[in-house]
Amino acid sequence: MRKENVSKLLVVLLVVPLFLVGCGQSKEKITIVGSSALQPLIEQAGNDYHLAHLDSNIVVQGGGSGTGLSQVQAGAVQVGTSDVFAETQKGIDEKKLQDYPVAIVGIVPIANKGVGVKNLSKKQLAAIFTGKITNWRQVGGKNLPIIVINRSRGSGTRTTFEDLILNGKDAVNSQEQDSNGTVKKIVNSTPGTISYISFPYANDENIQKISIDHVQPINKNIPTNKWSLWSYEHMYTKGKPNKATAKFINYVLSKKVQRDLVPKIGYLSIHEMKVSRDSENKVTKIGN
Amino acid sequence: MSKKEQDLQEVVEQAIAQQKVPHVKIKGIDPHSIDIARLTKPSKETRQERWGKGLTALAILLIGILIVSIIGFVGSHGLATFFTDKVNIFHFLFSTDWNPSAGPNHVGAAAMIVTSFAVTLLAALIATPFAIAVALFMTEYESGKKANLLQSVMELLVGIPSVVYGFLGLTVVVPAVRTVFGGTGFGILTATLILFVMVLPTITSLTVDAFKAVPKELRKSSAALGATQWQTIYHVVLRAARARIMTAIIFGMARAFGEALAVQMAIGNAVLMPYNLVSPAATLTSQLTSQMGNTVMGTLPNNALWSLALLLLIMSLVFNFLVHLIGKKS
Repeated sequence: MRKENVSKLLVVLLVVPLFLVGCGQSKEKITIVGSSALQPLIEQAGNDYHLAHLDSNIVVQGGGSGTGLSQVQAGAVQVGTSDVFAETQKGIDEKKLQDYPVAIVGIVPIANKGVGVKNLSKKQLAAIFTGKITNWRQVGGKNLPIIVINRSRGSGTRTTFEDLILNGKDAVNSQEQDSNGTVKKIVNSTPGTISYISFPYANDENIQKISIDHVQPINKNIPTNKWSLWSYEHMYTKGKPNKATAKFINYVLSKKVQRDLVPKIGYLSIHEMKVSRDSENKVTKIGN
Repeated sequence: MSKKEQDLQEVVEQAIAQQKVPHVKIKGIDPHSIDIARLTKPSKETRQERWGKGLTALAILLIGILIVSIIGFVGSHGLATFFTDKVNIFHFLFSTDWNPSAGPNHVGAAAMIVTSFAVTLLAALIATPFAIAVALFMTEYESGKKANLLQSVMELLVGIPSVVYGFLGLTVVVPAVRTVFGGTGFGILTATLILFVMVLPTITSLTVDAFKAVPKELRKSSAALGATQWQTIYHVVLRAARARIMTAIIFGMARAFGEALAVQMAIGNAVLMPYNLVSPAATLTSQLTSQMGNTVMGTLPNNALWSLALLLLIMSLVFNFLVHLIGKKS
């Protein structure tokens, strides 16, 4: 009696996982996990790619840049996507990872419509986010206390903003929101707020985009680094990618995706850049 | 015929002789044609019995493994903060300096612990009187159509996903609080108001059960003594149901304590010690949901989040323990 039960138990225990694993096994399965900012682009690219390569199986998931990097380092997924350089993340060995920057995204400071300010110098912006300037009057606006809405600690947008604007100094401890949409909604409705979001979300009449040192926050100003507040969107693989993965990354970097899909999502093609920036924010000109 | 078979034959013959259940047709069976092999083997029903037992045991086993591994996983990661990264546990519990990426001396969760408890207690405090009133109405004053209608309304409230509550909070409650009380509108007060609606149905339905469990005889004797309905409710029903009402409140608090999404959307997510009810703050859960994607597994910021998760797990165990304690006492 015991034997019979044990054997049935074993059968169930063995068959169920096998079945589950079997379901997931396909010839060209590529799992891509990480940055939620990059997710729409990769998802769309994956769909288009699947139409041309019916045997491909591309699964795209969000989870955040940290998740993407740690999953790809652990070998759990083929590609980890990230808004930040792997070098900047503790616990990630960037030497094990291969970096493929696939797009550029600009970041723009935004404020509530009623603050009366359209331009800030980089210094003023830094002073606001480190809590040294606390009233809009101090930067030529209305007499209104400044409410800083920060982005989630460790998120790609915040890391880029703090590195480039605050020069690594700590931002004032304040409200944090993790999605571009929520930030926009809050800034739109709360008097005196300031925050920053990525370009694709900023095309909205109800919020005040802030230019920095009189440079307009538009995609045209990014390739020359005139608008310096931008970041790469990375795809990382562990070591050399396998054949299927390499093929897909090549597809993302191809003219077709870079010329049509990338601008459609609101990003900037990686091929347009006239400068490059390394993980320590050193900017160098490309080519000539 | 072997000795054993002979014995068996005897038993069968005896059984037929003594048969007292006429609808079972043992009589039709010839003692010599009895299939001894079949009789000595487990019957189909026995096998069914064992199969059923095995299935339930298997389910229990799997669930058991699941629970143990969840606790083990959260525990091992949560404790790594203290053992691997050498964070002082008192620092974790009592410091308000939360910036784990800056090193082990910046892992103070006190602000979040205080905020979590504040929203939980306040939400329970506001919701309980309403829940008791609604439950009294449904059990003592009305029990027909109106009570059923209220019941379905409460069930509807339970079914609304927390993200909807959060979105409503962000769109309606936040501006309202900002206009009435000042500040940005994000803070403990807003979170409390949202949680109030979320825990109300939990507390109400359990309180209804509590009142229904009060024996009718108590009410009748009270009425026989000349008490009015309100006197009966106040002096008899409420008192008799006290322990179960406490249980209801604790279940409501457990729900409020663990709620993440709705709170995260309304509380402002600033890891600061709240200095008033409209200053932005962060709870354990809101910090977990907004941070987990941005940390790298195995690093201090990630382990620190696991410690928050461990704290939540321990708190839910405490809530469960309290419920059992109250149940035993009554």
